[in-house]
Amino acid sequence: MLTNLFIALQSAVPVPKDIPLPLPLPEWLLVTILVISFLVHILFVNLMVGGSLLTLWSQIKGLKNKEYDILAHEIAATITVNKSIAVVMGIAPLLSINVLYTIYFYSANSLTGLMWIAVIPLVTVAFLLTYLHKYTWKLLENNKSVHISILAVAVVIFLFIPFIFLTNINLMLFPEKWALVKGFFSAMTLPNVFPRYFHFIFASLSITGLFLHWYMGRKNYPFETIFPSFTRYELKKKGYSLALVASVIQFLIGPLVLLTLPSKGLGWNLILVIFTGAAIALPAMWMMWKGIQGDEKTIDKDFKKVLVLMTITVLFMGSGRQVYRSNALEKHRELVKLKTEEFQKIKKQAIAKSKQAEAEINNADLSAAEKGKAVFNQYCTACHKVDAKLVGPPVLEMAKIYKGNIADLQKWIKKPGKKRPDYPQMPGFESQLSQQQLDQLGEYILAIK
Amino acid sequence: MDFPMFHLDWLNNRMLIAIIAILHVIINHGLAVGFMPFVTWLEQRGVSRSGKDQITDPQWDEMVYKIMKVAFIIATTIGAMTGVGIWFSVALVSPASIGSLIRVFYWAWFTEWLVFVTEVILIMIYFLTWKNSNTTLKAKLRHIKFGWYLSLFSWITMAIIVSILGFMMDPGNWETDKTLLNGFTNPIYLPQLLFRTPTAMLVAGIFGMFFITLFTKAGTEIRINAVKYASQWLLLWAPLSLISAYIYYKAMPEAMIENMSTAVGTLSFSQYYDLLLYAAFAGAGLTLIIGVMGIYKTKWLKPGVVIIPVVTAMAYLGFFERVREFIRKPYIISQYMYSNLLLKNDYVVYKQDGILKHATYTTVNEVTEENKIEAGKNVFIIACSRCHTAQGVNSIVSVFDRMYGGGGKPLDIASMAAYMPNMHNGRTFMPEFPGNEKEAEALASYIRYLQMTGDVLEGAQEEGVSINPDNTAATLINKNK
Repeated sequence: MLTNLFIALQSAVPVPKDIPLPLPLPEWLLVTILVISFLVHILFVNLMVGGSLLTLWSQIKGLKNKEYDILAHEIAATITVNKSIAVVMGIAPLLSINVLYTIYFYSANSLTGLMWIAVIPLVTVAFLLTYLHKYTWKLLENNKSVHISILAVAVVIFLFIPFIFLTNINLMLFPEKWALVKGFFSAMTLPNVFPRYFHFIFASLSITGLFLHWYMGRKNYPFETIFPSFTRYELKKKGYSLALVASVIQFLIGPLVLLTLPSKGLGWNLILVIFTGAAIALPAMWMMWKGIQGDEKTIDKDFKKVLVLMTITVLFMGSGRQVYRSNALEKHRELVKLKTEEFQKIKKQAIAKSKQAEAEINNADLSAAEKGKAVFNQYCTACHKVDAKLVGPPVLEMAKIYKGNIADLQKWIKKPGKKRPDYPQMPGFESQLSQQQLDQLGEYILAIK
Repeated sequence: MDFPMFHLDWLNNRMLIAIIAILHVIINHGLAVGFMPFVTWLEQRGVSRSGKDQITDPQWDEMVYKIMKVAFIIATTIGAMTGVGIWFSVALVSPASIGSLIRVFYWAWFTEWLVFVTEVILIMIYFLTWKNSNTTLKAKLRHIKFGWYLSLFSWITMAIIVSILGFMMDPGNWETDKTLLNGFTNPIYLPQLLFRTPTAMLVAGIFGMFFITLFTKAGTEIRINAVKYASQWLLLWAPLSLISAYIYYKAMPEAMIENMSTAVGTLSFSQYYDLLLYAAFAGAGLTLIIGVMGIYKTKWLKPGVVIIPVVTAMAYLGFFERVREFIRKPYIISQYMYSNLLLKNDYVVYKQDGILKHATYTTVNEVTEENKIEAGKNVFIIACSRCHTAQGVNSIVSVFDRMYGGGGKPLDIASMAAYMPNMHNGRTFMPEFPGNEKEAEALASYIRYLQMTGDVLEGAQEEGVSINPDNTAATLINKNK
């Protein structure tokens, strides 16, 4: 078995030891929580990114046609809500991936560290900009270029952040690359990051299209008082069109993602999951097409079915990610396990050996001053030398000062005062040394000549 | 050791976490836990101030809405992201410790996450439905009720996280009782929660007063009334905060008795610890004065005046967190993992074989005469770099220089090498040196080298990593043939 492993892995593969603690839950359950909570998180991320792209596009169009400006205003109101949900929903998958893939995820984080931590200020700025954009609509009514620029900056940040996450999630799968990577940008250019990026962006647009369809059709949404000339039907149709076009493009990018995946984690299980997922999207796309082709009455007909089918597709695609991850890391995780066990064995031996050595020292027949020397070496040599100043004064000086006065010497050691202005304060040893040790130490110090 | 080491040589790794975490605590306590009840209370005052045919006093309600808007925006941007930022930064700086804690506290954090999701949904409902709920009295009262729910959930998230914070510091429990319950029953839990609750209220009150003075015109009836309300709030919570700070101050050393020999007994600690009382008096005392001033000399309170207690209250909170962190030393998980991320009971291996041999990422796996400085650099990364830098904050060069009297004299390699293996006995906040004698000497040579060259240390995020040939897949497989 091990020789097979060797072939499966390239030679410069680091094998760290794992944290020697069991998982808090069975692995399958953690994986389920990871996949599902991640999909909920990414759904709202999609709506946040897609929503801000759509708002930007709509507001630019709104420069000529006021109606689009209103549309932009309406979608903008959803971004700040979706972004809040996106963030809190991100915690559960973050926790789960941390606990399941501790070694892999943290190593990738560290290797792309500056960019990884930059996520925090970047996203914070983007969020603040979306609020600024939302709450200055009236104020900057006559300064559209400034107002749109605020959003544009937020969009640029939103479009960049996925690179950081994808780079990490990609890098964690390839321990054999860890020694080759120097910083974020070199990790970003590993195969597969870019195709996955575009896969994400078009998923965002597709989901935002469906969201638009739903949002504009809600019964308690006072559509007619908001839009002077747009009709609900028009906007639903726009939503469907966006979702459909983006889905068609996904069918072009999808195979590219699959082709650029390093062969390490590929397997028939993965192909099966991905193709099933893609197949389920096909009838949904057909229904969207029929909806667009139909009229006002029929556009809502299959909407629920579309949502159900697309949800199933997303579940399959999300599971596909996990299948690939699990395939790719399977062998390496076995090695890590082996390494972790090996270290525990080494530790056992080392403990036995050190206990033996300790016993030998304890059994040795030593005088008080000799034992005091051992205490001195352990507690005092860091700062005191016999015949010269180190941090504190030399031992010879102590012996002179406290000659015949072991009690005061011990008192000082326990709770030192401060006599010499040019020396740093000595720490007290009251809690560390027993009276027996103090006696031995005193004997030793006063005996030094 | 087992992770590539992220390192910030100027800022210092711990400072990165500290900045993010303290910002988060200030926002969490000051603009959520304490602020939500403050705002809800003010909103309720608006209803009682209203005339007979009104739902609420519209001018008053508008002012309360405005201060809520500021809190909402800050909490859902900087507040939320610094919360995530704690995860991110700790994962970078301290992966082994957070990895261990998650394995034990997964459910605690999961539960806290559920409460947190509820909190976020409630804060959005509360803020985003504010204007719509002003149409009927029934809707307004329901809205106020939501405010109280929100306050409760904000407090519960804090109550849960305090248990994890308490657990990490409670000596001995890691070996014996790694449970969530232990987090709640450990001796620091109640004093800490007791301290955080009124202090959150206090910080929120002073933030609130600052916003009030910012959003109302001087001398108006609404400003005078609002400032008076905020003053009453401060007068209620400031004494409670002071008392609970004192209880916490008293409870802490007793709870940390096993760590006493380590951190609490040292001189630097007791100096620190006494400063804590001053910080409490400056933080809470000043708000108390402002509260009294707000009642009797309401007109004196302007944004420029109120900003002073705002700053001291933030410092107060920050200082308590700093001391809490300090008391943990030399451990990051009490009696289990040292602050250099190495397990206490793994030390026996490292001291016997040398730590470099067992490190996954190092350019050198054994110290020789030729590679001393390079080996020392690797030892430094593994054993020191979580808390020390080469040239930045808490730099290893300046620490040694200060210890040997200061003034930048050339550091003596032999003295430093002799110091290393015993340092934890004299300086009990330091973990034991985790390597063999040769490695101590290599480290000393590297420190001297740093002093002479002014060289900085790049982390794995810049330089990447080198894999120890002893710890590759190939070696492991060959060994286990």
